Amino acid sequence: MDLITPEFGLVFWTAITFLFLLLILRKFAWKPILGAVSDREEGIKTALASAENARKEMENLQADNERILKEARLERETMLKEAREIKAKMISDAKEEAQEQANKMIAQAQTAIESEKKSAMAELKNHVAGLSVEIAEKVVRQELSNKDKQLELVESMLNEAKLN
Amino acid sequence: MTLNTFKNVLFSVLFLAVSFAGYASDNSDPQEGEEFNPKEMILHHVKDAHEFHLWDWKGKPVSLSLPIILWTDNGLTTFSSSQFHHDDTGKVIVEKNGGKFVKFHEKIYQLDANATTVAFDEEHHPVNAHKPLNFSITRNVFMMWVSVIVLLLIFLTAARSYKKSKDGVPTGIAGFVEPLIVFVRDEIGKPMIGEHKYKKYMPYLLTIFFFIWINNIFGLIPILNGANLSGNIAFTCTLAVFTFIITTLSGNSNYWKHIFWMPGVPVPMKIFLMPIEIIGMFVKPISLMIRLFANITAGHVIILALMSLIFVFKTVAIAPVSVAFSLFITVIEIIVTAIQAYIFTILSALYFGMATEDHH
Repeated sequence: MDLITPEFGLVFWTAITFLFLLLILRKFAWKPILGAVSDREEGIKTALASAENARKEMENLQADNERILKEARLERETMLKEAREIKAKMISDAKEEAQEQANKMIAQAQTAIESEKKSAMAELKNHVAGLSVEIAEKVVRQELSNKDKQLELVESMLNEAKLN
Repeated sequence: MTLNTFKNVLFSVLFLAVSFAGYASDNSDPQEGEEFNPKEMILHHVKDAHEFHLWDWKGKPVSLSLPIILWTDNGLTTFSSSQFHHDDTGKVIVEKNGGKFVKFHEKIYQLDANATTVAFDEEHHPVNAHKPLNFSITRNVFMMWVSVIVLLLIFLTAARSYKKSKDGVPTGIAGFVEPLIVFVRDEIGKPMIGEHKYKKYMPYLLTIFFFIWINNIFGLIPILNGANLSGNIAFTCTLAVFTFIITTLSGNSNYWKHIFWMPGVPVPMKIFLMPIEIIGMFVKPISLMIRLFANITAGHVIILALMSLIFVFKTVAIAPVSVAFSLFITVIEIIVTAIQAYIFTILSALYFGMATEDHH
């Protein structure tokens, strides 16, 4: 029975000692230790979060870089394409112009040739007419030396003139 | 923090304490010519004492005298326990402050005014003496203070090491106690009380855990004569009362409603449940008190009983068996020291959790 009867003295000392221990440890041990532990846990948490953020930012940066690179590549391609088009256009334009010019020159040449030809023809005609008149003069002079033949000629001329 | 850390700590403590286990218990020597009485010896060891008996030297006990502090009709009376000259049968009478005192079975009696020697009835109870209020620094109180000094040394040093290190990294002893503290927080406080309310109870839970654990361990150190503090019902009773007081004071309306008017059951059932719940309120701390007391005392009794076998059979031949068995039990007891501290703490936390649980 002794064994299971709480003794007053020990209860008293246990209560006092325990309260003392609780107060001292709470103030000087549990508070700083738990504080340090939770501070560190918070620190780790924030460090992890910031690392995660940094990683995300890095990813964003990389994505940005890639996007920019892609855009640049696209731009380069379009520029090249445009240049190629411009080149082709220029060539074709030049060709067209040259053609046109050539055509024009040909046409001018043709007209020039034509007019030259005409003037040459006219000159030739004049020349031929002069020659003909000269020949005719000579012929007529010879013909008119004979009276009969003169009359015959006048006759034929008159006939011709009548027909006209 | 996982259970693994706790296991590691447990095993390291276990390993450390095995070196003590070789001593097992000592001091069972009966007086010359007297029949050895294992029951008396065991009870003597398990119960409290007014002096700190260390060992016998040439037939004489070597012990630490502890102060005896009594509150008598004449006021405070103090004297050293050495004045009883190791007598525990009530024969040596100490006269002090107008009172005559004897020590009988580790209890201090004050003789009635006209008595000169103590007389006993048939059941060995003193008839002409009464017990004054006894505030003596007994073996258990002494060991409790030693444990407090050890605890303060450990944890104040640990706390100081946190202050010194600027980055909050534990060094030295802090590295050893931090997993334990985090274990109490994460495996006891948080799950039992809840994430939002546990903080308020952490100092109590931590203090009670380490206080019980270290006293359980001290009880197993043979050279200290197994001062059986945590196996003393006064000690467990006090701690259980603290848990009861805190539970009752932190009880919210939901808690009291569950005790006096259980929601969700028919009225006759409510009336039927009310006395059961009220009894339960008190049974919880009582179970705490008995569990710790019985577990620790039982361990001591088994170890001492095994050692007594040598003296009961009066042969050294049985000694290897006794030592082997008590070593085995001691190893188990070392695990029990931590387990019982853990159980007391987790159940206290559970009661606090029940008292502060919100309506759901």
